[in-house]
Amino acid sequence: MASILQTALELGLISSLTVLALFLSYTMLNVCDLSTDGCFTLGAVVGAVIALSGHPYLSLPAAMLAGMISGFVTALLQTKMGIDSLLSGIIVNTGLYSINIGIMGGASLLNMNKTETIFTQLKLLLKNTPLSGMYKTVAAVLAVLLVILFLSWFLRTRLGLAIRATGNNPDMVKSSSINPAFTTIVGLCISNSFTALSGCLLAQSQKSVNIDIGSGMVTIALASLLIGRAFAGRGGIARKACGAVLGAIIFRLIYAAALRFHMPAFMLKLVSSVIVIIAIAGPYLKSRYPEFHRRLTHKSGKGDA
Amino acid sequence: MLELSHISKTFNPGTANERKALVDLSLKVPDFDFISIIGSNGAGKSSVFNAIAGSFFTDSGSILLDGEDITLQPEYVRARNIGRLFQDPMRGSAPGMTIEENLSLAASAGRKSWFSHISKKDREAFRERLSLLGMGLEDRMQQPVGLLSGGQRQALTLMMATFHPPKLLLLDEHTAALDPATADKVLALTKEIVETNHLTCLMVTHNMQTALDLGNRTLMMDHGRIIYDVRGDERSKLTVNDLLVLFRKAVGKNLDNDRMMLG
Repeated sequence: MASILQTALELGLISSLTVLALFLSYTMLNVCDLSTDGCFTLGAVVGAVIALSGHPYLSLPAAMLAGMISGFVTALLQTKMGIDSLLSGIIVNTGLYSINIGIMGGASLLNMNKTETIFTQLKLLLKNTPLSGMYKTVAAVLAVLLVILFLSWFLRTRLGLAIRATGNNPDMVKSSSINPAFTTIVGLCISNSFTALSGCLLAQSQKSVNIDIGSGMVTIALASLLIGRAFAGRGGIARKACGAVLGAIIFRLIYAAALRFHMPAFMLKLVSSVIVIIAIAGPYLKSRYPEFHRRLTHKSGKGDA
Repeated sequence: MLELSHISKTFNPGTANERKALVDLSLKVPDFDFISIIGSNGAGKSSVFNAIAGSFFTDSGSILLDGEDITLQPEYVRARNIGRLFQDPMRGSAPGMTIEENLSLAASAGRKSWFSHISKKDREAFRERLSLLGMGLEDRMQQPVGLLSGGQRQALTLMMATFHPPKLLLLDEHTAALDPATADKVLALTKEIVETNHLTCLMVTHNMQTALDLGNRTLMMDHGRIIYDVRGDERSKLTVNDLLVLFRKAVGKNLDNDRMMLG
């Protein structure tokens, strides 16, 4: 039981980096970045290839840089090439499939069983300390903390404010002499670097990467984000970001619990889809209820009395 | 000094929907002029503003601001020197961000580094400026702008647009969406801010009386042209009725604007 909880916590923390990426792109910038799946795999693949070549530490910045480039392309398509933002994400996602297989040298699976990764390094470092059994959690917590600290600092800088305003009211950004295309590009570069980092860490923690590792990530992360929003409520940036992480962990816990009650593992993605549907459609349907009620109670040709 | 020389703009040229928004329009606006602009719907009032602010590029002609050719400058670059208010009070500020954050974006435009934070000094400056509005906004700086009323948002936008006095202020029927009492208050604020900062200002209005009361010069537009330009003694003798007669004489029909207010 403890190990199931720990696995859920690890997975939740690692995928919460993708949730934080969506917190930036979806919540702040108001862009639903559908390149997330491909970018997650890109990070996993790049990280794995660099780790396999004997550079476990370099694998993290390399994966983030790759994610940044992917985000740059997605942003460029929607700000400078007249391609709809959803479509830009889908196009990049499709293109990344080929690129990811190409980076893996034509294979669709890489094994890192005997490879030095960021996790094996940390395992060595934590040997004979009380944390030795939790090296994966420690690594994930560190990464998440750094990203949250960065976001709570960054989103209060002038550039961060401009990115938030871009998702809120692009007209106002222009009247502040800031080009909304620029803020969108910066925002998506940063968010995709987190997504790629998330993929890189997941691949290294499970010691393998396959081409499907990122499939469905955007929906899973959205589900986590929306769960987190329900829990964190109103508050500052740091609180909302922590809510996003909490959402990711809760999502994994629910999933782990469902598995224990013999839900087949392949149901993960359906569960995430249903959560997103409920979280987005729920408030909408609730707001439509009075109209629905009116239809039900309306009697043709009769007054109120 | 703003100089428009022979600017033209045609939408959907060569199609059935062709519309000449601006026709060979020239205008010189010396510093400290406060010009009100009136005209019927589709006369080109907003199009002039769009051309000056850079919402679109004109098909021909040139636009100079303080001697600098801004004809082909992107909108966000021009915004450093040109402040603009729209009819829709929601357009000028970001509802999900606090008053302080909105002000900070406006006040730091082109002046602070990308990674600067709002400082204590900034906050004090914001507080002082907000108190000039007399709406109590200085005590609500941490609240999201979405909680403000339309009038408060428009006043805030006015403050943001003029935080650092712009070379040119464009007011596009900026009180038209407000209730009469609030509209009067925002107009009074406008007058005060324009006067104390010695701003050069263009104001489109649908209220003929306001057009005559505020500023030192009035333009009348029709079909993308300026058909009447009045200032000085001639203007101070004008009444709303004179304007209507002038319009009828120049255009050959009555001035019709579905929101035109004569009083």
